[in-house]
Amino acid sequence: MDVDSGEEEGVEGVEDEFHLPTAEEREQEKASGGPDLHILQRRLRECVRVLNKFKKRGESGRSRSEHIETLISDIGNYYGYNDYLAEKLFYLFPVEEAIEFFEANEVARPVTIRTNTLRTRRRDLAQILINRGVNLEPIGKWTNVGLQVFESSVPIGATPEYLAGHYMLQAASSFLPVIALSPQPNERVLDMASAPGGKTTHMSALMQNTGVIFANDANKARTKSLTANVHRLGCKNVVVCSYDGREFPKVMGGFDRVLLDAPCSGTGVISKDSSVKINKSDRDFTLLSHLQKQLILCAIDSINPDSKTGGYFVYSTCSVTVEENEGVVDYALKKRPNIKLVDTGLSFGREGFTQYRGKTFHPSVHLTRRFYPHVHNMDGFFVAKFKVERRSKVKAKDEEEEDVPMPMEFMLEKTGATTNSEVTAFDENEDKKYIEDGKRRRMRAKGIRPPPAGGAKTGSSKKTVAPEAATTEVAADA
Amino acid sequence: MRPLTEEESKAVFTKLASYIGKNLVHLIDRPDEPYCFRLQKDRVFYVSEASMRLGISVARPNLVSLGTCFGKFSKSGKFKLHITVLDYLAQYAKYKVWIKPNGEMPFLYGNHVLKAHLGRITEDTPEHQGVVVFSMSDIPLGFGVTARSTVDTRKLDPTAIIVFHQADVGEYLRDEETLF
Repeated sequence: MDVDSGEEEGVEGVEDEFHLPTAEEREQEKASGGPDLHILQRRLRECVRVLNKFKKRGESGRSRSEHIETLISDIGNYYGYNDYLAEKLFYLFPVEEAIEFFEANEVARPVTIRTNTLRTRRRDLAQILINRGVNLEPIGKWTNVGLQVFESSVPIGATPEYLAGHYMLQAASSFLPVIALSPQPNERVLDMASAPGGKTTHMSALMQNTGVIFANDANKARTKSLTANVHRLGCKNVVVCSYDGREFPKVMGGFDRVLLDAPCSGTGVISKDSSVKINKSDRDFTLLSHLQKQLILCAIDSINPDSKTGGYFVYSTCSVTVEENEGVVDYALKKRPNIKLVDTGLSFGREGFTQYRGKTFHPSVHLTRRFYPHVHNMDGFFVAKFKVERRSKVKAKDEEEEDVPMPMEFMLEKTGATTNSEVTAFDENEDKKYIEDGKRRRMRAKGIRPPPAGGAKTGSSKKTVAPEAATTEVAADA
Repeated sequence: MRPLTEEESKAVFTKLASYIGKNLVHLIDRPDEPYCFRLQKDRVFYVSEASMRLGISVARPNLVSLGTCFGKFSKSGKFKLHITVLDYLAQYAKYKVWIKPNGEMPFLYGNHVLKAHLGRITEDTPEHQGVVVFSMSDIPLGFGVTARSTVDTRKLDPTAIIVFHQADVGEYLRDEETLF
């Protein structure tokens, strides 16, 4: 690489090893039909190198953001993304890792199958398939039903065993939300967006064909393949229906567990469907995250918080962008005070972002899990698991909490009165602050930013937010 | 979704009885959980009563399937068993046919079972009797109707048809659009 850059220095006569094209030069390049792939690749590499140690290697007079801008547009050209998506995905990772991510999206993920434990065992299935000339191996320690197929002399989706429902062709990432949900026998479970039924049938197998699973999909055409898979794999406890997911608590509620594998942009499965690279725009992401936010609230409301065995909800997407994942989870946490994030029960995966480019999410968002193609060799995926609690109980707790920190704030200003609880008489003036504070809090809980309550007070009220959040967490943990 | 009428039940039960005979009672009187038959858009479903009661809350136009689909009524009122019933047929079948590995794929493409592919057959199978077709490793593959009785098959030449094809698991791929 050093030799390369030395050459460049010789040819172009720039003072640094590597010359970053200016905006004008790039315009010219574009006009002349875009740069050569080799040049692009080299520039990518150089940019990454420079950005890694910008202080030392940076070209004098050129800013870091200029480098990044060039890098992003080069990524867009080299890998074939539109500028918007290239930028969006680029900022998810450190520079070097971002390139790895884009590189991994060009390679197909391994074919994996899931043993249908309703019909057979993994060892038996593996033996039969090996006899048919399939080269396979267990996926990993984290699942005892998955098999990874390296090569096969027969079409893996048309063997007699496949047709007899002994296994399901399913991406490894699709195992994760079901493992996180871990449905128990005799429960009532909802799969809100279920086609083509890989996760539904997995749940049915975990429940050993007992209880009831409602498998919903908004797209009626897709319910055909869903029904076919449900029947092929011998799941007898499944009710297939076709509603818009947003109608759900109205159709039926009181579920022990709900899985929402939300419709998403598919930025995690670019290796499968590369059309995502160019056809997603700002508007798509806004619309999708809006839909996801509606769906997540409906899903949460469909859960029976009094359930003895469950009361769990899993949200997952095959997307890696923050606004479809952490953003939606954070929104749900704000909107529904009776839910909390719990550990997904998955032994691997990266923690979710608690802050991202100036946005700060609820601190418990770190309990969510992200999966990446370049790290885990499976599709990009996101899994969050919630526990839904009883509303009234939580409300009572909230009120307690609201009572606790407020006197403290109050005490700071009013040194005279020691405890608020001793005051029995109504004092309009004194209560005014509480009432106003309560109003602001309610607005904030609904996601509306309350108007500032006077210059001096904003500082103090902001301060109180943080400890409050901390106390909520402690209470929730206890 | 509604219960079957008298006539409909008769059509369904006679069809099932041609494969599982008297074992039919095991479908109706189950030791574990009460099950029932329900009709939804000309399709017949066999479903546990608990699931059925919950399924009631789904509106008719939105309900796609529940429990196991047994088959459908044609416009002329005849009942046709679908491949989805295979689980239950295989469990209770009176007469069975096993086919050799080289006959599996032809059968799964919708062909009749030839004498050359015949591995084993239940003794005393009469002519025109509903049978369930298994692979040699006991995986149910489909069902059909015998062309000849067991005794008569011995004299036949290898290309003769033994079992007329009715349904096979290959339909999950071939007829996914029309099956559901």
